[in-house]
Formats: sequence, C-alpha cells, structure tokens
Amino acid sequence: MLSVHDLRVSYGAVEAISGVSLEVPDGAVTAVLGANGAGKTTLLRTITGLVRPRSGRVAYDGVELTSLRAEEIVRRGVAHVPEGRGVIQDLTVDENLRLGALWRSDRDDRKKALEEVYELFPPLDTRRRQSAYTLSGGERQMLAIGRALMARPKLLLLDEPSLGLAPLITAQIMALLRQLSSESGLTVLLVEQNARSALSIADQGIVLALGKVVVTAEASRLAEDEDLRHHYLGF
Amino acid sequence: MHEFVSFTLSGVTQGMIYSALAMSLVLIWRGTRIVNFAQGAMGMITTYVAITVVDRGDSYWWALVIAILAGVIIGGLVELVLVRPVESKPPLNAVIVTLGLLILLEAIAGMVWGGRYRSFPPAFSVQGVFVGSSRINLSPFDIFTICAVLAVMVGLLVLFRWTSIGLRMRAAAFEPEVARLLGVRVGRMLTLGWALAAGAGSLAGLLVAPNVFLYPSNMDAVLVYGFTAAILGGLDSPVGALIGGLGIGLALSYIGGYEGASLETIGALVILIALLMVRPEGLFTRVAPRRV
Ligand SMILES: Nc1ncnc2c1ncn2[C@@H]1O[C@H](COP(=O)(O)OP(=O)(O)OP(=O)(O)O)[C@@H](O)[C@H]1O
Ligand SMILES: [Mg+2]
Repeated sequence: MLSVHDLRVSYGAVEAISGVSLEVPDGAVTAVLGANGAGKTTLLRTITGLVRPRSGRVAYDGVELTSLRAEEIVRRGVAHVPEGRGVIQDLTVDENLRLGALWRSDRDDRKKALEEVYELFPPLDTRRRQSAYTLSGGERQMLAIGRALMARPKLLLLDEPSLGLAPLITAQIMALLRQLSSESGLTVLLVEQNARSALSIADQGIVLALGKVVVTAEASRLAEDEDLRHHYLGF
Repeated sequence: MHEFVSFTLSGVTQGMIYSALAMSLVLIWRGTRIVNFAQGAMGMITTYVAITVVDRGDSYWWALVIAILAGVIIGGLVELVLVRPVESKPPLNAVIVTLGLLILLEAIAGMVWGGRYRSFPPAFSVQGVFVGSSRINLSPFDIFTICAVLAVMVGLLVLFRWTSIGLRMRAAAFEPEVARLLGVRVGRMLTLGWALAAGAGSLAGLLVAPNVFLYPSNMDAVLVYGFTAAILGGLDSPVGALIGGLGIGLALSYIGGYEGASLETIGALVILIALLMVRPEGLFTRVAPRRV
C-alpha cells in the first residue's frame, strides 16, 4: 500500500501541497481529481522522487520513498507516466520501450515484457523501428503506458493520460487501466481533470483543491452525489 | 591540379582531427548542454602524459593507450568534481568553470613540463607515400590519423546505436527527468559521457602534436577549429561533427595553401562568425520542431 502522510511541498514561496494525507489501497484504481493548479502533478512528482517535500512522509510497502532518488523508486515497483507522457521523441518506439526495463537484470523477462506490450498495443507493434516523433497522441499514450509496464510495476501512477485525446481513445485507455487492475492486480493511481472518465473506472476518488484533500469517497458515490460533483468537479 | 589534390589531402587529414575534437564537444554538449572550452587543454595534458611515457623508453602504442585512459579518467573526474555542482546553475557558471579549467591546465602543464616547444614523435613516417613515381601529400601517419579517428567514430556510433548503455546515455541526454523515472542513473551516464568525450579529445591531441609541436597552449587554435566544426555540424549531431570537421579542415587547407598560412586562423574565425550569423543552429540540425 502507498500511504502519504501530512505531505507539504513548496516551490520557493508557493506552497503547492499543504498537508496531504491519503492511502492508495493495493489492487484498486484510485482517481485523484482537481482543478488546474490543485497540486496533482506535484503530488505524483513527489511520490516518485522528482520533487523533494518540505515535510511529511511517503511510504510504499513500508519503505520510505522521500529519501530515495527517482531512479531507485522505480526499482521498488512504482512506475510513473508523467504529464505530457514523456515519450522520448529522438528514440524509436522499440528503444523507448526497452529503456523502460533496462534496469532489470532478467534479460529473458525483459524480452517477454516487450512482446507482451506489443501484444497489448498492436499499433505500436507495427511501428517498432519508427521514431516516436512520428506517433499520434493516442499512440504516444500507449507508448508511455507500455514503457511503464516494461518495469513490471506493482503501482502505476498516471498524470492526465486523457490529455489531448479523443473521447473514444480516452475510453479505451481507461478500459485498459481497469483491465490491468482487475486482471493483473496492478494498483493504479490516476490523476485526471477528466473526472467523469476517471470515476467511471475508479474504485476510490480523492479530490484535491489548493493543495489539500477536500473529499475522499468511493468513486461511485462521488459520481452520483450531485452536490459533490457540482461543488468540486464542475459537472 | 597537383596543388589542389595536395591541399585536399592535407585538408582531409587535418579535418579528421578537428572532427575528433568536435565529436568530444558534441558528446558533452548533448549530455550536459555545456561547451567544454577545456577540451583542447585536456587533450594537451594527456599528450604530455604520452610523451612522458615515450621518454621513459616505452613504445608509442603503449603511450597512446595510457594517454587515452588518462583522458577518460580526467574527463570523468572533471564531470564529477567540477561540472556536477554547476549543472543546475545558470549556463554562465559552466562557461566560467571550463574556461577556468583551460587556464589551470595550461598553467599546470607549464609548471610540470615547462613551456618549451617539444617535438612529438609520430607513430609512422610523415613523408608522403608514393603513388606511381610521384610522392603525394599523404603520409602513413596521415593515413593512421584518418583511420584512428574513423575507428573512434564508428566505435561511438556502435556504442550509442546498438548497446543498452548507449541507449541509456542517449535517454539521459535527451530527457534526463524521464530517463530517471525509467531507472536510468543519469549522473553516471553524464560522467561516462564526459569520460568518453575526453578520450576522443586525447586522441585528437596525440594526432595533432606531431604537426604543431607540443607546448601548453598548442591546442588553443585546434579548439577554435574543432568548435567551429562542431557548430557547423549543429553541436548536437555526431555525423555533423564529422562532416563539419572535414569542412573546416578543407577550407583551412585551401585558405592556407592558396592565400598563405597566416590567414588560417582568421579564416576559421570568419567562417565561425559568418555561420553564427547566418545559421546559428548549425547546418545539420533537424529543423523540424522537436517538442509538441
Ligand atoms: N516548477 C514549479 N515552479 C513553481 N511553481 C510551480 C511549479 N510547478 C507547479 N507549481 C505551482 O504549484 C501549484 C500546483 O501545480 P501542479 O502542477 O501540481 O498542479 P496540477 O494540479 O497538476 O495542475 P494541472 O491540472 O494544470 O496540471 C500551482 O500553483 C503551480 O503554479
Ligand atoms: Mg498537472
């Protein structure tokens, strides 16, 4: 289980996260929602060691992550698909994917993971040697998720995967995340502005506003409760 | 005609040396976005290391190996000790560090080995080879120079394109933050990049020394030529460095040959300034937008 306790993060004088505590249960999909500037990206970047918190704790499976570097945290089973996807455009599709598993010493399993990702995303399979620069937005998102899966993570963090994607593609990505969680027991922490699609697949919803948790509830309740929806999610 | 062939041959040989230096500058630029003004001086120091080995009576080849290893070690140490602290600082800090290192290394060389000009032995004869009955302006050492630089370039190409360490180095250079999320130990990759670059710079120093003698500032002009070559190639492109080096080598050889050797340095500066004005991104940079 991932647990965040009383986390505070600031950029200079600006406090982006002001005392956030939350728990992400294993094997479930947790959605983190909130408006622009709520601190969603900062939360994920702090969990994976790209940003150092001012205070507070982040523990995963009993290991304190705030003292580890980003490159070590992925070795603990936490993969992060960053905002904007982070596809490396100067590399090919195949290189991007292989990069995701290079730290693992099991060569055979790296190969196996690669073929699994290609099976999961057929559009990538036909573009193995193509530069990632040539991919469409949807294909890039597939590449980013596939690359994160190459690490065989236990916990997958995604920062606005629906950004800039057509509704149909967004729905496919969401369905895939749901499937990965239900079938392989992957824990998913999904940051989204697109509350409706995120809640459609999530088990739990957490709403952030101005760096604080304002609501934690079952996703279905959050989606149904009109007051909550109007007040915090704007739909 | 004979003259033209002769200038062309010497241009190619010199150009390969500039390519090697340009390649080191490109490697470092790609990894850390720093222009290493001390690259030439680092090659000068390792050439002194080589001549010390030769003076002790050991073979040229042994000296070559030691000098390149010394370069690799110095490059890695420089990154770890001097560059790492300024990597996240404004670019000017890094400029000052590498310029400071240039002056420091030249001063150290002067203190340790003295400021006098020394001849450096070539690996092979520097007399032109015979084609039919006429001697052409291409010596066995020139051929060695061309082959050695090409071998290093091919080696680097193979490393970057076809090995997993090369893949990690490229990722660290292009997108350090994403690379870290994927488990790449970016700091180590940057150290390795500086080490390899300095190895290539050492080779350039060894190859240039028989032509220009060895003294503490013997690489200053070569650095300007190598830098011009790297800019010509777009600073980001290893292939650009190769072609840029050849271009500068040929241009300087024609200028020196037809107009007089004293114009060579000025020629390089004119090319550099013209280039920076006309096409600051270099001739071999992809013009297409990189980020979406
Ligand atoms: N690198 C930074 N330097 C300074 N301030 C920052 C930086 N990154 C984020 N902030 C500030 O921190 C706050 C939270 O930003 P964050 O990017 O975490 O929000 P977000 O919820 O991800 O927003 P969005 O939905 O727009 O992506 C904002 O006020 C933002 O301006
Ligand atoms: Mg964000």
